[in-house]
Amino acid sequence: MANPQPLLATHFDTLDQQRESASLGMWVFLITEVMFFGGLFTAYIVYRSRLHGLFDYGSHELNVTLGAINTIVLICSSFTMAIAVRASQLGDRRTLVRFLVLTMLLGLTFLGIKAVEYQEKFVHHLVPGPHFQWHGPQPRQIEMFFSLYFAMTGLHALHMIVGVGLILWLLPRSAKGFYGPDYHHPIECFGLYWHFVDIVWIFLFPLLYLLGRSHFVG
Amino acid sequence: MPSTERAVLETEDYINADYNIKSWLLTTDHKRIAVLYLISVTLFFLIGGLFAVLIRLELLTPQGDLMQSDTYNRVFTMHGVTMVFFFLIPSIPTVLGNFLVPMMVGARDLAFPKVNLASWYVFNLAGMFTLYAMFAGGVDTGWTFYTPYSTTYSNTHVVATGLGVFIAGFSSIMTGLNFIVTIHRMRAPGLTWFRLPLFLWAHYATSLVMILGTPVIAITTLLLAVERGFKIGIFDPNLGGDPVLFQHLFWFYSHPAVYIMVLPAMGVISELIAAFARKPVFGYKIVAASSMSIAILGFLVWGHHMFVSGQSVYAATVFSVLSMLVAVPSAVKVFNWTATLYKGSVSFETPMLYALGFIGLFTVGGLTGVMLATLGLDVHVHDTYFVVAHFHYIMVGGTIMAYLGGLHFWWPKMSGRLYPQFWSRLSALIIFVGFNLTFFPQFLLGYMGMPRRYHVYPEEFQVLHVLSSAGASILGVGYILPVFYLTWSMRYGPRASANPWGATGLEWQTSSPPPTHNFLETPVVTTDAYHYSEEVTVG
Repeated sequence: MANPQPLLATHFDTLDQQRESASLGMWVFLITEVMFFGGLFTAYIVYRSRLHGLFDYGSHELNVTLGAINTIVLICSSFTMAIAVRASQLGDRRTLVRFLVLTMLLGLTFLGIKAVEYQEKFVHHLVPGPHFQWHGPQPRQIEMFFSLYFAMTGLHALHMIVGVGLILWLLPRSAKGFYGPDYHHPIECFGLYWHFVDIVWIFLFPLLYLLGRSHFVG
Repeated sequence: MPSTERAVLETEDYINADYNIKSWLLTTDHKRIAVLYLISVTLFFLIGGLFAVLIRLELLTPQGDLMQSDTYNRVFTMHGVTMVFFFLIPSIPTVLGNFLVPMMVGARDLAFPKVNLASWYVFNLAGMFTLYAMFAGGVDTGWTFYTPYSTTYSNTHVVATGLGVFIAGFSSIMTGLNFIVTIHRMRAPGLTWFRLPLFLWAHYATSLVMILGTPVIAITTLLLAVERGFKIGIFDPNLGGDPVLFQHLFWFYSHPAVYIMVLPAMGVISELIAAFARKPVFGYKIVAASSMSIAILGFLVWGHHMFVSGQSVYAATVFSVLSMLVAVPSAVKVFNWTATLYKGSVSFETPMLYALGFIGLFTVGGLTGVMLATLGLDVHVHDTYFVVAHFHYIMVGGTIMAYLGGLHFWWPKMSGRLYPQFWSRLSALIIFVGFNLTFFPQFLLGYMGMPRRYHVYPEEFQVLHVLSSAGASILGVGYILPVFYLTWSMRYGPRASANPWGATGLEWQTSSPPPTHNFLETPVVTTDAYHYSEEVTVG
């Protein structure tokens, strides 16, 4: 069964124009996302340059193993997403559905591991706020690291949740065969979004988990 | 020249296409959404105006007799928040832009009609948050929400208002995104970039600022709300944060936001000047480029709001010089509009009165802007009425004049009706006189040392304050008049022809009001914009 709605919206002249508009719109949206995260990265850079020694202590508290696993999980999910996009272009319904499901499962795995990490922080009183405890010098400055950690990874996780929600919306439509060689830009645009969220993590992981660890190893 | 003026006999247009309320609330037609936005922003303008009335009433006397300091703080904050985020930023793009961008490019709609409708709902949701904060007791931080006052010490509704601003930002982003994609991808055959009306160049530049700046204010207000709600320290120095970082992030958006307000206004003025001087805009390409350079330079000057905030002298000097640079493209526009008038067949219809008013007031606002960009002088007049007068000359004298001028210019197209020329000219005149009487005394007040945001002042300032309040009441009359005669015209005004002003531009080649899909067949463009050199058929 094909898409019950006409493929071409009335205000476009051709399918190409429609697809190119959607793609450009998505890129513009991603620019706004870069600026959105940019504000947080700026805050991180400002405070890190001011409190770098203390940020190393904060960084040391993070679970680098789980962080690394999550990095691998996300990179794999970008790979499965890329296959899904290709399948939609070819009109390969079965592969599309399979790899969308796989992408979603990897996304959920990421969120699950993230939840475990958050829970660890909660147990160790490392969540900023009235219950924050730090038995070392300058607890306020360490708390700042965790404020940024939760703000940045939390916002990233929120984007992952939105992504999983979007896959749930795309899945039944893919199963019904809406997407094929003429009409696949919803999958393509979602792919761009997913890769973007992945790339944000690629920056978050070294900034939060890795920088300054050498002080403790060496 | 369009050789044949199509006799459009079809009676169906976007207004009478369907009458039920659902057809309006669920519409994806950009023209209907423009009308919905017109209603929303007019409402917020009236609310913001009411707060202005309270401010000017209080300032009639040197004592605080109408309200106490706490109340006054809330009143000027709500005036600023409502006017900036819910009127000035959305007004021209969402009303005139929404209506005209697709028509000017010769398209049937914006690229993403559903996103466009969503933006209206998001905008109103944001408005609800702000109205809630207003009715629950208001907010007293000033529209700038400076930390740590806003995060720690103010016990008013900062979170609700902040969320209102946060959410309103998304409606801005959706509008900007839609305009960019529409202008890139949906131009009619033959409509090359350098044939675009300058209104579109201005809206393209505005959209760039919207998509690059707005996300930053979004994350900033979000952090503010989180810090306040969960006592997490990002900006509060007691919690290890840096309040100056807030100012940097805030002004990184809020200075470019000034260009979100004034760039579309400049686009409107280019259209009006060309139409009523019957000449192409002088130096079309330079004017188009000046819009783009204002958008870019606008991102490099935010530090001029922070000359006294503990920024290094080096940074302040750089920001001072960069701020003065913005005057160059702005002046280019003013000179080119003036040059367009030279040897033109100028006629003084209502929209043109607004346009000429804009040029004068914007020049005063712009030149005082250069004064304020001067590091030494700014330290002297910082946080005084001089600054208040300066930005009101740009925002009220510039943006609102252009908005009203544009509304009067395109009203026959939007409503299909003509409005009374006598009353509309009179209101344009009243607004110009009232505006100057309101805000010119504030330059003097500020230079003499009257600080902003105070309601008790030394007696020697009273004469100027009374003049300003008197001007505000005249200005109020000028703003109320159009509400009446434009509403009146919707029912009783004579029907407008397709092109009542004899203007060029694709929007005038279709009937008034336009059919739902704007054009019966896709127009083909064969000439440059403002092709006024030959006789233009009126009617």
